[in-house]
Amino acid sequence: MSWQNILQIAALIGLLALCVPRLGRYMGYVYGSRADGTAPGDRFFNPIERVIYRIFGVDSKREQRWNVYAASMMAFTLVSLLSLYVLLRTQGSLFFNPTDRASMSPTGAFNAAVSFTTNTNWQWFSGEVAISHLTQMLGFAVHNFISAAVGLAIVVALIRGITRSRSRNLGNFWVDLTRGIIRILLPLALAGAVVLISQGVVQNFNGHTVATAVDTTNTDAEGNAIAEQLIPGGPVASQEAIKELGTNGGGYYNANSAHPFESSNGFTNFMEIFMLLLIPLALVFTFGALVQDKRQSRLLVAVMAGILVVFSGMAALSEQNGNSALASLQVDQSISTDQSGGNMEGKEVRFGAISCGVFAGATTGTSTGAVNCMHDSFTSLGGLAPMLHMMLGEISPGGVGVGLSGVLIMALLSVFIAGLMVGRTPEYLGKKIQAAEMKLVTLYILAMPFALLTFAAAAVVLRSAATYQAGPHGLSEVLYNYASTANNNGSAFAYQGTGTQWYTVTQGLSMLMGRFFTIIPALAIGGSLAAKPKVPATSGTMPTHNPLFGFLLAGVILIVAGLTFFPALALGPILEHLSL
Amino acid sequence: MRSFIRQLRPALISVVFFTVLLGVAYPLVATAIGQVLFHDKANGSLVRRDGVVVGSELIGQTFVAPEYFHSRPSAAGAGYDGSASSGSNYGPQNPDFLAAVAERAAAYREENGLAADAEVPVDAVTASGSGLDPHISIANARLQAPRVAEARGLELSVVLVAIGKHTDDRVLGVLGEPGVNVLMLNLALDDLSAGAS
Repeated sequence: MSWQNILQIAALIGLLALCVPRLGRYMGYVYGSRADGTAPGDRFFNPIERVIYRIFGVDSKREQRWNVYAASMMAFTLVSLLSLYVLLRTQGSLFFNPTDRASMSPTGAFNAAVSFTTNTNWQWFSGEVAISHLTQMLGFAVHNFISAAVGLAIVVALIRGITRSRSRNLGNFWVDLTRGIIRILLPLALAGAVVLISQGVVQNFNGHTVATAVDTTNTDAEGNAIAEQLIPGGPVASQEAIKELGTNGGGYYNANSAHPFESSNGFTNFMEIFMLLLIPLALVFTFGALVQDKRQSRLLVAVMAGILVVFSGMAALSEQNGNSALASLQVDQSISTDQSGGNMEGKEVRFGAISCGVFAGATTGTSTGAVNCMHDSFTSLGGLAPMLHMMLGEISPGGVGVGLSGVLIMALLSVFIAGLMVGRTPEYLGKKIQAAEMKLVTLYILAMPFALLTFAAAAVVLRSAATYQAGPHGLSEVLYNYASTANNNGSAFAYQGTGTQWYTVTQGLSMLMGRFFTIIPALAIGGSLAAKPKVPATSGTMPTHNPLFGFLLAGVILIVAGLTFFPALALGPILEHLSL
Repeated sequence: MRSFIRQLRPALISVVFFTVLLGVAYPLVATAIGQVLFHDKANGSLVRRDGVVVGSELIGQTFVAPEYFHSRPSAAGAGYDGSASSGSNYGPQNPDFLAAVAERAAAYREENGLAADAEVPVDAVTASGSGLDPHISIANARLQAPRVAEARGLELSVVLVAIGKHTDDRVLGVLGEPGVNVLMLNLALDDLSAGAS
């Protein structure tokens, strides 16, 4: 690691430390942390929101019980899913299609529509080859916002369950959704887009610009001269900004944030890592503001950041260390002033191996799934890091909204385990945690491994995976790709062709299960907690803001994932590493 | 179920509303701002020579002639295909990948007159993630410089100065890694050669 690498990471941490608590407080105001419910910018936003609620035909003052809240969310999801499906199926005959993209097959469109609706943004296809400009704008860009806003709404409802006492209601879904988009995501995305454009990320409505190649002696495999190069276009920056801020991760182009038009230099790369961590981390401070206990948010941030640093560091150092199979071929992977070195297969010179590892850690900790280098070409340990990081359930710090709800669920499990050890009724923030909640917590925790391992095992046994690479790396690919869909991440070990009917269907189902089998139990837990009275803390109450609880929480997260996934990992990346 | 059906109306209206706001208005506003404030960048940082578009400053290109610096290997289409960005996605021990690296390394040594067991810079024998990497490492450029100088009849020092001029440093001296922009360097060398003849 060079001193510039270290300084770059320090700058990232510094900028996050500066912005995250402020944004978190602001989001707290947006979701009602002040007693009178006011928030900065009310004078501007309130009239707009009143008009929007009138258009929607909803009464913003009327709150919903958890099941009505969930029904609103599901209705919204169903309609947006169907609209994207129709768009994908018909894009070939619609307007604003300058690159002449065809309509998608039924299973392909099902997979893609599910993917963007569930905030996964898994792409079995190549963005620039399969998607029209119209679908990018009306479909993917819109879903990048709304799927993130749904995540925000879910966690806010869950937190209300904790803060409210003897209440039946968790808020109004339409209000939470609208405020999240209008007051948080849209302003941040617009600012982010302008910054990215200023650095060379494209923002236009062009198809391909034809450039005359400079070296005219170049030929293709058949010996025909390649005299021109197609320069792609599209409204990329506007999509790129929300892709990171909303922890979506679906690239406009196939190469995602490795593409020079999605991330043009070291600064945009830095900005994109910053943007994808920003809201998930800030939400923890929103939590602290809403439960009026900053110590809780500091502890959760410490646990999340600890896990994030471990896995980012593991990926970064493994990749900088290089591919040992290349050393015997006299390939120089050392770091010097003249080259950044490391395992450069699938990596860009302008980013280097260290920032690739940091990006990989951030993208799998947050459920984003954007990549600035190709994970399939990572070394065995470098690839194990993002895979295992996803398998923890993406709580470090997790996707927008769903990450924080995930960690709160793990906190409930932790107080329950601690309660069992000392024989007391467990409590979290003044709420007794009892059988009803624990059943839902169990459901929540089982959903992701079920959606991952069942399909991955079936894919291997049925030999449906036709194109994976030989040896343990092939199993790593199957595991990584189902880990990505079940956790709504979206990054891939992309050698594997996942456009087959088997993969589009099973991965579509795995994404749906990973999303809704977690957020519906989370809302139910919120509803169940809201109905309970708050019990005052006594000397027998276990504090949930001290290091002891931090270690307990981190331990529970690691042990649950370890017990679930170690056997599978042993046959994939671990075997690959040992067979070197 | 009843409440679900009752929520379908606001669901339908809100999806239409947000599609217009986020799918039409937002990209239009971003495009308007980008096109006014950063016109060239928003349109792809295109490079023109004698009025003809010859590429983008940010997108690499294939070079094979000895008088040009060569870009990294590319997995985008037939190589540096701007309409098909892609990495190879080869696993680290894939035999096809290792064979390709060995072959590229041998070709690189021969092209540049290096000893048969000389170490080659890693970026010269590996494909980038996008397949469109506009840069090569400084080490890679320096090893190619003697070949380019000889093919063009230029002094080696002139070529080395050109490399320095077209090295994109880390942003603010810290962010990212330095790299030599191959297209811009080659265009500058063409200008130099044209000036000399």
